[in-house]
Amino acid sequence: MDGAVSIGTDVQFQIERMITDYAHAIDDDRLEMWPEFFTDDCSYRIINRENYAKGRRVGIMDCSSKGMLRDRILALREANVYEPHCYRHLQSGIRIVGDKDGAYQVETSFMIVRTMQEGDMSLFCAGKFIDEIVFEGSLPRFRKRIVVTDSNRIHTLIVIPI
Amino acid sequence: MVVPISRLSKSITVECRVPAVSEESLYGEIMDQGQTPKIEWPDDGVSRIPYQIYTDPDTYGNEQKRIFRGAIWSFVCTEQEIENPGDYQTTYIGDTPVIVLRDMEAEVQVIVNRCAHRGNLVCINREGNTKDLTCVYHNWRYDLQGNLKSVAFGKGIGKSGGMPDDFDRADHGLHRLKCEVYKGLIFATFSDEVAPLTDWLGPEMVENIDRVVGRGMVLLGTYSQYMPNNWKLYMENVRDSYHASILHMFQATFRLNRLSMKGGIKLSENGWHHISYSIAETDRDEDQYDAKKLRAVMDGYELADPTLVKGWREFECGTTLAIQSTYPNFVIQQISNSLALRLCLPKGPEECELLWWVFGTPQDTEEQQEVRIKQSNMIGPGGVISMEDGVVGGWIQRGTKRDQEKTTIVQMGGRGVAPSQEGRATEVSIRGFWQGYRDCMGL
Repeated sequence: MDGAVSIGTDVQFQIERMITDYAHAIDDDRLEMWPEFFTDDCSYRIINRENYAKGRRVGIMDCSSKGMLRDRILALREANVYEPHCYRHLQSGIRIVGDKDGAYQVETSFMIVRTMQEGDMSLFCAGKFIDEIVFEGSLPRFRKRIVVTDSNRIHTLIVIPI
Repeated sequence: MVVPISRLSKSITVECRVPAVSEESLYGEIMDQGQTPKIEWPDDGVSRIPYQIYTDPDTYGNEQKRIFRGAIWSFVCTEQEIENPGDYQTTYIGDTPVIVLRDMEAEVQVIVNRCAHRGNLVCINREGNTKDLTCVYHNWRYDLQGNLKSVAFGKGIGKSGGMPDDFDRADHGLHRLKCEVYKGLIFATFSDEVAPLTDWLGPEMVENIDRVVGRGMVLLGTYSQYMPNNWKLYMENVRDSYHASILHMFQATFRLNRLSMKGGIKLSENGWHHISYSIAETDRDEDQYDAKKLRAVMDGYELADPTLVKGWREFECGTTLAIQSTYPNFVIQQISNSLALRLCLPKGPEECELLWWVFGTPQDTEEQQEVRIKQSNMIGPGGVISMEDGVVGGWIQRGTKRDQEKTTIVQMGGRGVAPSQEGRATEVSIRGFWQGYRDCMGL
């Protein structure tokens, strides 16, 4: 098996459920919930595959605290200007590839279909989540979530997190 | 050029009715019509822009010839992306594919990415390292200066086939362009007549380039934003100091850029290039925005993590925001400590692609680099400030689809292209763009 580790089914179940809940929260426009999937000292980054492979640090979103995640949602709700649209996340191949320093390393493939208010639908983004997940009590939380997008291109803009 | 059949037959019908026109002059007229579509430029000079210019396919074709292959310098990429001999990048000038490379003598070369044989792309990969340029289709091999070195089966096989005896490899090199490197920025041109790069830019433009990129660049990331609008709508937006603190509510609310701050516009002598700058410490009219009830100002809007907008005083002059564009489609950006280059590539009349290079300097401390990374949240397709520039052009594209004879109004701060001025409640730099456009296009 390529890199995958064996862990208890209960842990596996909890992690998979959180990753699924996360996508549903975004797709259902419960975006105020989004920061709650993270630890307080979290980091969240969207970066394209090329920059990630070259070890470059700048992506297209880069939050280094839960407060910054909240600010993103506040800006989305109150400040930013864009055409209403929604996402549909399709996720597959959740695999736990390691556990060190009290965190599980998890990777998940995703695709997002974006639907605009007039009905235009497009394959907006495909890529991979590279996560570090810790348990706070019995609840799993992202300590780090790196969204690696396959394409360097973003069509028009990205305001809703992935 | 090839005259479309439909145009020929239509005009010949006209000629039958007007026998006085000789065939030669008629043909000349048709040729002329093909190259210069009838854009009726309004009377108000560069202060009224015809909608047609954002959608017309003939205009798009003419821009490729008269602007992107005209007497201008096009930014292609940074020198550090082709550090070693043999390193190359592929990109575009207008919509012509080009290869930017460092040859074996360590010289930078910019070469049209098209095999002299059958027009195939010579470099398929977006970047890489190579000893020569070999077309995969029939193995025509060029050196890194574009000279044709060998042709597969050029002598045929046995006694049959092969190229004609008078085929001279020296006549069939790749199309190499003139290029210049300034402070790590590579520019190229199709023109033999354009002035040397720094003369073409003028001293004020060069001064800002020195200020922002002159300390050297460390590339922190690259990405692209694809937009559903004509490239010129984006370039108007870049030069539009009037919109920046209105559309981008985030910016005004946190006093990153307000029209009431000290600042101004600098234009090059011919009006083609621009810099819009401001100095945040000097916000002299705190109440202007609140009194005018601009949507851009929201009370009680506080960041949970204000470190996003905390920077350091990076430049002696105190400038906290400077957006510079060199004609026609290149941008150098300083927004607080967020530094970036942007290149807007036309992708047909109604689409364009914005390439971004986000950078720091070799002198940056770790903390300073962290600040730049944090502030990168303001720019790009996901930037809390810049994202809106990706969408407003598409709305104009949709809004102006019909009534093509109508025009936009670009009259804030006058109708002409005044020299550099204080204050940014003006659209003068947009008019400067259109001045350059009309000069190049002969409109």
